Amino acid sequence: MAEAPRDLEAQFGQWRTYLRHRQAIRGTDVEELEGHLRDQVAALQDLGLDDDEAFLVAVKRLGSLDALSREFAREHSDRLWKQLVLAPGQVDAGKAERTDVGVVVALALSAAALLKLPHLFGFATFGPEVIDSFYARNLSLFVFPVLAGYFAWKRGLDRAGWGWLAGAFASSAAVVNLLPFTDFGNTEVLAVLHLPIAAWLVVGFAYVGGRWRSGRRRMDFVRFSGELFIYYVLMALGGGVLMVFTALMFAAIGLSAEDLVQFWILPCGAMGAVIVGAWLVEAKQSVVENMAPVLTRVFTPLFAILLLVFLATMLWTGSGLDVERELLIGFDLLLVLVLGLLLYAISARDPDAPPDAFDLTQLVLVASALLVDALALAAIASRISDFGFSPNKVAALGENLILLVNLGWSAVLYFRFLRGRSPYSALERWQTAYLPVYGIWALLVVVGFGPIFDFS
Amino acid sequence: MNVSKDLVAASATPLVLGILAEGESYGYAILKRVAELSSGELRWTDGMLYPLLHRLERLGHIEAHWRSSDTGRRRKYYRITARGLEALQAQRLQWEVVEGALKGVWRSVVIAPDRLRLPREAT
Repeated sequence: MAEAPRDLEAQFGQWRTYLRHRQAIRGTDVEELEGHLRDQVAALQDLGLDDDEAFLVAVKRLGSLDALSREFAREHSDRLWKQLVLAPGQVDAGKAERTDVGVVVALALSAAALLKLPHLFGFATFGPEVIDSFYARNLSLFVFPVLAGYFAWKRGLDRAGWGWLAGAFASSAAVVNLLPFTDFGNTEVLAVLHLPIAAWLVVGFAYVGGRWRSGRRRMDFVRFSGELFIYYVLMALGGGVLMVFTALMFAAIGLSAEDLVQFWILPCGAMGAVIVGAWLVEAKQSVVENMAPVLTRVFTPLFAILLLVFLATMLWTGSGLDVERELLIGFDLLLVLVLGLLLYAISARDPDAPPDAFDLTQLVLVASALLVDALALAAIASRISDFGFSPNKVAALGENLILLVNLGWSAVLYFRFLRGRSPYSALERWQTAYLPVYGIWALLVVVGFGPIFDFS
Repeated sequence: MNVSKDLVAASATPLVLGILAEGESYGYAILKRVAELSSGELRWTDGMLYPLLHRLERLGHIEAHWRSSDTGRRRKYYRITARGLEALQAQRLQWEVVEGALKGVWRSVVIAPDRLRLPREAT
């Protein structure tokens, strides 16, 4: 093709700029579409059309940019919010956002109020001397139902969906409060640790607007969880600074603000921040969207190195794993963290990009986590065969097995992807298909372990 | 003649896979080939090809790479994969069933021209 005249070039430039403002269409997509447009224009010029005519016809043939953006949004990493942003009727966006802020503030306040109500009505203690185990058991049931309600409202969940949500939370509350747990006994602590996992997946049901069967919606929820976590940590840091200053300033005039901080600001802030954080993830998406993948990229190699060094040290010194309870929990958390990094990296990755060095790092991370997991599993198994079953050991065993299966197959899929033998989406599908397993296991621990182990 | 939207959408995947099975190609050339194969009767909204290509790429049916063309511009070329050939074969079998059934219908039904006008007069 001959050098295009300057006017035409300017038109291409304008068109390109216009297209770049559409968030759903990425840089390389714009380049590809521009290539198409140029070919089309050249062909039309050969037919005898002048520059302007050729450009107009070519653009027209490309079709409505709205429709095109929507198709791209649906195709690319498929972020729910991009589709929402592209939905028609965004003229009232400012007004809608104000209503949203109002609703969010009200919900955050009601989550905080929910937490304080049982105490204010003398139903459970939440004071300087003692905090009832009631609060530990119900911790996730104060804020998660409110959050689920917010999403159900945002996504326009149908009546059956609302029914499921209400039923799930009501039955969770019934189970943890009616089963005769021993205060802070093993099975109760396990229930306290596992209920939030199951409850979080119920929130997920609301987040995806009831379309929980869709793998891509599930991936949206995974992404949302990671981004909420980041926002929450940031807000917790800010809240910490706020509390330190509260205490300092009141101390300066001879008053102790300790109770105010400990029993009002901290718990109410912790509840409210979940709601506000969830809203921020949705509303200020582009901020965290850029930050989270960077964090994943920084910490994936670091954790891979940690695990490798740990394994090498174990080999070198020949020392076995010590399976004290705290250590076991520590290892489980480490594996959960590795899984979190993996999940987040998967959710944030462009599935069409070819394998690169980062994918190799990811495989190393998964493989070394797999080894550590197998070692932990062996240690727990030998401990069980020596001393018999206990709720903690069985819980640790189950979690390790679940993680082992997930990481094992992930490693296989990653390896195949790196060899170019299976697409990246296979890995995505595996992770999203696996999500219910965590929920079912958590539910089993909450509901089943008490009766099985006699509420010890 | 305007081929209905649903038919265009349904035939898009096997057409694209089939064209890429003929050899690697890029967006504009694929559309030209579609026009050629249908003698210009099958008109797509040009832009819609690209999301489709990306979807097929995500599914691993085709793979893409950027290469400089003879005009010096970068172009994204697509190539069918083994998985894509399998998908194409599966689609082909399905379409042959549809084609066969339709052919049977065309052969056995003859519509007299005067019957075509009836509903219009009734209204």
